[in-house]
Amino acid sequence: MTMPYYVAPEQVMKDRAEYAQKGIARGRSLIAAIYKDGILLVAENPSHTLHKISEIYDRVAFAGVGKYNEFDQLRVAGIRHADTKGYTYSREDVDARSLANVYAQYLGQVFTHEMKPLEVEILVAELGDVQENNRLYQITYDGTVVDQEAFAVLGGEAETIADRISHSITPDAPLKKALSACVNALQGPDRQLTSNELEVGALDRNLHRRFFRRLEEPELSKLLK
Amino acid sequence: MKNDILSPLSQKSIYRKSAKSMTLPLFSSNLDPGPDFAGLLGLVGYGNNQLSSFQLSDGMNQAKQFSREGDLPAGVPHGTTIVAVRCKTGVVIAGDRRATEGVSIAHRSIEKVFPADKFSAVAIAGAAGPAIEMVRLFQTQLEHYEKVEGSSLSLEGKANQLGQMVRSHFPLALQGLAVIPLFAGYDTKRSSGRIFSFDVTGGRYEETEFHTTGSGSRSARTTIKLGYKEGFSVEEAIRLCIKALYEAADDDAATGGPDMIRQIFPIVAKVDKDGYEQFSQETVRDHFVSLISEIHPDTK
Repeated sequence: MTMPYYVAPEQVMKDRAEYAQKGIARGRSLIAAIYKDGILLVAENPSHTLHKISEIYDRVAFAGVGKYNEFDQLRVAGIRHADTKGYTYSREDVDARSLANVYAQYLGQVFTHEMKPLEVEILVAELGDVQENNRLYQITYDGTVVDQEAFAVLGGEAETIADRISHSITPDAPLKKALSACVNALQGPDRQLTSNELEVGALDRNLHRRFFRRLEEPELSKLLK
Repeated sequence: MKNDILSPLSQKSIYRKSAKSMTLPLFSSNLDPGPDFAGLLGLVGYGNNQLSSFQLSDGMNQAKQFSREGDLPAGVPHGTTIVAVRCKTGVVIAGDRRATEGVSIAHRSIEKVFPADKFSAVAIAGAAGPAIEMVRLFQTQLEHYEKVEGSSLSLEGKANQLGQMVRSHFPLALQGLAVIPLFAGYDTKRSSGRIFSFDVTGGRYEETEFHTTGSGSRSARTTIKLGYKEGFSVEEAIRLCIKALYEAADDDAATGGPDMIRQIFPIVAKVDKDGYEQFSQETVRDHFVSLISEIHPDTK
């Protein structure tokens, strides 16, 4: 007679968490930081077309690390959620907090109920009407939401990178300074990242209505000099 | 341009909308709407089709009753003049500000020219309620596509999208609620301005030089036809659009002319390589002032 085999729930959760963490750690990291004119998003990404950073709505941006197809599916779902909400109600009614909650619910549900958790860590950033109202919501694979203050680091080496950037970034830093702080934190002391290996986006207060923009060549190289 | 006579009807469907809860819109791969926003709305239960079928079944008689112009033959846009003229660097588009309900003026300062996205503009003639709703859906659709796909639709793709929206509106058009848009934009691949006109069935036609639509379009078209030259500068194109709108308002009761007393002037915009730009009311006023002193030199 075969014994019905039992696995403790703690063990199941631990295994799943480990599995997700491993998947996320394989990818490269990403930093979101508040700077003088808004929020800067910097990712290490050798591809120019498969983005980790994206626009969601007028004031809301998305960033994700981990498995591309999984966070891209979340990105598109976020755009759909925001556009439907803005169309049904008003453009002003779209905010990062409600989107972060919807993401968290979904990630949490997948983590507890599905065989395989999502191997992603995502970030929803919102540019506030004033600098104090900027928001950075970091959501992990198990649906935990963290409301970050000045910066957020996503990906495998998050702790090391967070340690590096915490010493070099201030919320009143101009774009050039904030960008070099983020790049330095991402590359560490032993490597040199070039503009080709970076994907940079910003929620820039100097724009109108749609505040998201990508920082592309030749602007990026100029800023990195 | 008819005022929004449908608002009492569409209220009901708004109640229906808010009953839906907001969860993450994820779909299995065979149901996924891709970058199609209108398709997405259908899937999450806010469908536009619902609206039109609802109005068709329940709203048909009421719509006729509300409409004082319900007997107008379908496909005849009324009470608006929209003009668009190609110029060397792009395209200029302009529209008057009047909305009418039968013989009375419903609004003096309604806007009928909108940015569709960065490189295109859409102007509307016909029933105001459905027309403005169509513009809103169109704007959202273009932006939605751009965000989901990571790149913009081609100008022709945008025109085709708008054509599909006009076509799906056809049942309501048959009840006298026609919406006839005019689409103009800057084609970044060809580096030139392009104009697309539509008919009530959603048929899409590219215009090579200029186009006018609305009840005052006949006078406007004649004015433009007589004054148009290829390779116009933006200034020359604006002047011609202003003149066309002035002549249209002169002959058509449903088109508003320059309102010097209230300082309300038509909306004039250009689309070129730098994108959509609407001119200030002061700029438009100055053009009217110089035009009037040209036509009637004896008035001060």
